[in-house]
This record gives sequence, structure tokens and C-alpha cells, in this order.
Amino acid sequence: MSESVQEKYYVPEAARWPLVGSIALTMLLGGFAMHLNGSLLGPTFMVVGLILFIIMLFGWFGTVVNESESGIFRKWEDTSFRMGMSWFIFSEVMFFAAFFGALYYAREFSVPWLLGEGSGLSTHDYLWPDYTEIWPTNGPEDLGESDFHMGWWPLPFLNTVILLTSGLTVTWAHHAIKVQNRKQIVQGLFATVALGFLFVFLQGVEYVEAYHEGMKMTSGIYGSTFFMLTGFHGMHVTLGAIMLTVMLFRAMKGHFTAEKHFLRGGGLVLALRGCRLARTVHLCLHPVT
Amino acid sequence: MNAYATDAHHDDDHHHGPPPGLMRWVTTTNHKDIGTLYLWFSLIMFFIGGVMALVIRTELFQPGLQVVDPHFFNQMTTLHALIMIFGVVMPAFVGLANWMLPMMVGAPDMALPRMNNWSFWILPFGFAMMLATLFMEGGGPAAGWTIYPPLSLQTGNALPYLIFSIHLLGVSSIMGAINIIATIMNLRAPGMTYMKMPLFVWTWFITAYLLIAVMPVLAGAVTMLLTDKFFGTSFFDAAGGGDPVMFQHIFWFFGHPEVYILILPSFGLVSEIIPTFSRKKLFGYNSMVYATASIALLSFIVWAHHMFTVGMPLAGEMFFMFTTMLIAVPTGVKVFNWVSTMWQGAMTFETPMLFALGFVIMFTIGGFSGLMLAMTPIDFQYHDTYFVVAHFHYVLVPGAIFGIIGGVYYWLPKWTGNMYDEKLGQAHFWLSTIFVNILFFPMHFVGLAGMPRRIPDYAVQFTDFNQVATIGAFGFGLSQILFLVLVIKCIRGGKKADDQVWEGAQGLEWTVSSPPPYHTFSPQPVIK
Repeated sequence: MSESVQEKYYVPEAARWPLVGSIALTMLLGGFAMHLNGSLLGPTFMVVGLILFIIMLFGWFGTVVNESESGIFRKWEDTSFRMGMSWFIFSEVMFFAAFFGALYYAREFSVPWLLGEGSGLSTHDYLWPDYTEIWPTNGPEDLGESDFHMGWWPLPFLNTVILLTSGLTVTWAHHAIKVQNRKQIVQGLFATVALGFLFVFLQGVEYVEAYHEGMKMTSGIYGSTFFMLTGFHGMHVTLGAIMLTVMLFRAMKGHFTAEKHFLRGGGLVLALRGCRLARTVHLCLHPVT
Repeated sequence: MNAYATDAHHDDDHHHGPPPGLMRWVTTTNHKDIGTLYLWFSLIMFFIGGVMALVIRTELFQPGLQVVDPHFFNQMTTLHALIMIFGVVMPAFVGLANWMLPMMVGAPDMALPRMNNWSFWILPFGFAMMLATLFMEGGGPAAGWTIYPPLSLQTGNALPYLIFSIHLLGVSSIMGAINIIATIMNLRAPGMTYMKMPLFVWTWFITAYLLIAVMPVLAGAVTMLLTDKFFGTSFFDAAGGGDPVMFQHIFWFFGHPEVYILILPSFGLVSEIIPTFSRKKLFGYNSMVYATASIALLSFIVWAHHMFTVGMPLAGEMFFMFTTMLIAVPTGVKVFNWVSTMWQGAMTFETPMLFALGFVIMFTIGGFSGLMLAMTPIDFQYHDTYFVVAHFHYVLVPGAIFGIIGGVYYWLPKWTGNMYDEKLGQAHFWLSTIFVNILFFPMHFVGLAGMPRRIPDYAVQFTDFNQVATIGAFGFGLSQILFLVLVIKCIRGGKKADDQVWEGAQGLEWTVSSPPPYHTFSPQPVIK
């Protein structure tokens, strides 16, 4: 057991950043709420909160990186970080599960019921007898008045390939760390980051196309699930690519030795993205019944 | 222990005590300090949520509208629930976990101490945001803690604040749960195998998994509410192909595991207390662990029993009825194990034991009324009546809360180094137990007779029982002031407690001094 060789676990002394983080989150979210309620002060609070939050991230991560480089963390502490990251990713999966659940419910239950299936017969006959649209649909009231939907070809398919490839390149970087080939670490990470940002760019192109065709977040349940799922997913890709960019710069500075690296968290994020997107493509973008 | 004293690679022996002043509490990374913060926060919120309950009971003392207007009454029922769930029971459990888990598994601290600080310090901000809504245009949230659309989408300015405060509380809970999982998996002392862990550790381990599995689902559900209200999505709007009932499914997929999040750690507390005061080992340790895990797994496939009357296909109603009733099996295993632990034990009845016994009896009453509600045809009669209110208050007040209070009495001498006032403690127990039954038992009767919940007015025939309940509510509320006095008295002094504290107590936490040193178990003990 690793514990048996390491006698003391590193417990940091005072932590100032958590309080800054709480204040930042409160200002950011409180400001957003003020904005939604029509207050003109809202955006100011949001910007200040966001800046504070970024300062907090730099301060907190900087402290941890310095501690890591000074050799305070050994295998025991490292295991805690890995577990923390893994279970955090699990909680993210569950966040997406809520939206996939909504998609499933809409496709399997609410839309068929509106069409008169099962116990929905009266709803259909009395409220929307003319409604015949199967998935994809913008609902019986034809919200947004656009029947456009995103097919799986070509952009979504290309993006899936990009994400799966980025899973390969990050694995390559991970392997390079193990054998300590510094050139390949940088190459692998650079390729991953580039693919990540390329994905986000193409996602943007896709959104522009959708809006141009009149398919918006307000276009009924199809638009709601499409933009919420791909939107939160795009946010995750962006954040993951930023994290990997930080790792790229650290790798260029000579951080990450074979024994001390914490790349697996980032790698897992990417692998999961691939899986999620593959599911998104099949369930959401691909308009089979 | 010395076998492992090999290379001291970094020397942090020069700091043993906490830094002075207020900043100690703001910046602390010490699990005992953070535990104390959580517990005090929980106690303060208990009184705030309690005052809201008393506003509700005052209005219900007589039929008709006397004290508050109906809209404010609805705000009180909504916020009372949110505060008691997210501000009292959950923080109290996390506080107890912070204090005790590292000491029970022989760990030097929690695994991620800085994040530990953050998971506490988000809470006051989250609740400040939630409570601030009371002073806004349109008042606080008033659609019930379940925030069903479309009603909840009619909330005034409070809605985005409520949603974001729920996000903040969720972030706090998830970070706390991740910390607990990492501590248990990574920081156990050598030789402390999983099946040697005390039951409080086991129940929290399983609870932490429930938390990271369902808090994000709640975050997703309230995010959909937000976008439906402000960004034009149609998740819960049939005109766009969505369904308001979909919210109920997503909400209760979170909500039912949440119910077990609120009770499993109390199961653990009672499983610590009863063996100590019966001077016997816990009966059926393994089956306790398996029963807890079974309850947790089953909790993911029972959610729609909260929605029997909403209009589900018959197959759904049957499925959720039978899975729900299945939960009675592992729960029954637990109750029988507690009783068997006491069987032929050399029992004494100090305050923690009294609360644990009260828990076993009154939680079982709440469990039985839960079984009645699990039956679909019967639930059609009881749904949204005071019978439901009686049921979940029996499992939460003399259930979850009694477990917490019992745990506090059990470990208070360890934390402070002083014995609490035993006479006062017993008085607290008896007053609480008598009044909690006066408060909640009559609700069964008015519920069966058809009195609906969440309504400030009622038919005259329900008056007598409602007056009894209100008297019970004030009695119970005032009795808790006794608890506050007792805790403060114990912190300030009293008979000194020795390290063992309780004659029959087993476990690592009793091997350290009372109060324990600021840093315990560094280096770790070796468990034989």
C-alpha cells in the first residue's frame, strides 16, 4: 500500500481563495439574476464577479502548481486529486443525464402523447387535433415556425471525428509523459488543444447555420434540447481545451515528469466528451423516429 | 505505529495550534474547525427554519385567515422546507462527517482540505441569496420546495435567485461528497479495511455517492426552469412538445435519493450509539452495510411514487409501487438489527441513547405510514393531504433530526472535553419527544379526514387537531432553546470528560484525548 511508505499527508495551512471564490460566484450569479429581472446593474456585477472568479482560479491553481513543483505532493496526495477529479467528472455526467433524460422523455412520451398515443387521446383531440409532426418537432403550436433540423451530415459527423481523434492525441501525450519524450508531450497536447478549439469553432458555424434557417432555442422541444445539450457540451469542450492549454504551457516549461503528472483527469474529460457527442449525434441530431 | 516512522520528507511539525482571530474560521483547512462551522451554521438555520414553521402553525391555529396573508404563508412553507433540507439536515451531517470521519478511520484530515473550506463557505452565501428573496418585489418563492412548473414559473423576481442559490448549494454538496469519498477511499489507516469501518463511515460513504449522482440532476432540472422562464425553451410546455410532468420526473429522480441522503447518515449515527449503550457489538454488521447499499440502489428506481396521481400508465404505477415496497425489506433488516443489538445488552439510558431509541421507534412509525403511501390506490386518497405531512415529518424530525441530536450528545464530550449536563439533556429528550408527537401525530388524523396540505385555511371540522398540533409545535420549538443553552454550557465548562467518555464505546475516536489535539492521527495508527 502506498500509505505505508508515506507517513505524513500534506494538509495546507490557511486557504484564502475559497472565500474569494464564494464572493465571486455570488456576484456572478446574483448579477445574472438581477440582469434577468431587468436591473441595469446586473451586468456590472457579473463582470466583476467573473474577473474575481478568474483571479481566484489563477491564484488557487497557481498555489497548487507551485506546491506540486516544490515536491510537497507525493503519491498519497496525488491519489486524492485523481479521485476528486474522477468523481467530479461523474457528477458532470449526471448533469448531462438530466438533459438526455429530458430528450428521451420528449421523444418517447410527451410528443407521442400529444399525437394521441396511450392516454393522450383527449389531449390530442381537444387541444391540437391537427398536430401530426413526429420527431423532430417544434411542438403542436409550431413554435418558431421553422421545420429545419440539424442532420448528422456533414458538420456533426466531422465534429464527432474531431473529438474522437482528440481522445487519441491526448492518449499519445499521456504515453509520451510515461516514457518522458518531451517533444511528443508538447506535440500531443498541442494537437489536442487545436482539435478542441476547432470543434468549438465548427459548433459555432453550425449554430449560425441553424439560426439562419430559423431554428432557435425557442423552436419548441427540438430546439430546446438541441441547444441546451450541445451548448453545455460546447462549454465543457471550451473549458477542457483551456485546461489542456495550461498543461501545454506547463509541459513546455518542463513540468510533468513521469512520476508527477495529473493528465489523466484531462484525458478522461476528453474521452467522455467523445462518448457524449457520439450519443448526442445518435439521439439528438439524427432524425430517425 | 512507529514501524512507519521512516522518512519525514517535509517538516510541518512547527504548527500545531490554530491561528488566532476571526480569520482562523474563514481560512481554516482543519476538518475539526470546518466541522464546527457546519454544525453551528446548521443550528442557526434550524432556528430560522423553525420560526417559519411556527408562523405556519400560528396561522393554522384557527380556520380562516388571521395572521399572515396566503401568499406569505406559501413563502413560509416553501422556505421552511428548503432551509430544513439544505440548510439544517445536510450541513449537520456534513459537519458530523467532517469532525468524525477522519478520526474514525484514522486519517490526518480530510483528503482535500482547501476544497473542504470552500464547500462550507459557499453555504452562507447561497442561503443569503435565498433568504434575500423575502424582501424582493413579489416576495420569496411560494410554489413549494418542489418548484413544479407551471406554478413556479409564476414566481416574481425571486425565481432566478432561488435557482442560483440551489446551484450554489448543489456545488457545495457535491464538493463535500467528493471530499468524503476521497477521504474514505484514500486516507484510511493501514489495516482499516472497508469491512472494519464504523457504520457511520459506511452510511456516509454511500450517501456521498447518492449526492454526486443526484445533485447535478437537480441542477439540470432548475436550469431547465430558468431557460423556460427567461430564454424561451419548451421543456415543460406542451405547446412546444414538452410536458410539465417531465419536470416532476426529473425532480423526483433527484428527490427520492435525496430523501435517503437525509436519513442514511442518521442510520449510521444510531448504529454507533446503540452498541455503545448496550455494551454489545452491533448485531449483523455485514447485513447493515448491505442493507444500506440496497436502500441506496433501490432509491434510484422508485421516484414516481411521489407522482401516482399525476396520470401515469398503469404499468408505471405498478412498477413504482412494488419497488417502493421492496425498500421496506432492507429497512426492516436495520430496525431488527438495532433491536437485536439491545437484546440482552447491559443497557443504560444516557441522553444519546434516549435519542437513538426515540429514533428507532418514531422513525419506524414514519416508515409504516410511508408503506401505506407506497400503495397506489391508497395514495390516491392520501396524496397532498396532511397524512403525507405527518409521514415525512416523522421520518425527518424524530428520524433524521433525532439522529443528529443523539450524535451531538454522543460526541460533545469528545469535542469539548466537558460532559454536558445530563439532567438537562434528558429533559431536552423528554420534552422534544412529547411535543413532537403532540405536533405531528394529529396530522395523521386530519390528513385521513381529507385536510389538504400547503393551504392556510381549512374546514372548521379540523380545528381541534390543528390547535393541538400548534401547541405541540410551540412546545417543540421552545424545547430546542434548551439544547442551545446546553451546548453553550458544555463548551464553557463542566465535569471533565476522560478520553473514553462512554464505558462501552468502541472505535478510534475514543483513543485520542478529549478534546482531541488540533491535528490527530499524523502519523496514522495501524489497525490490527
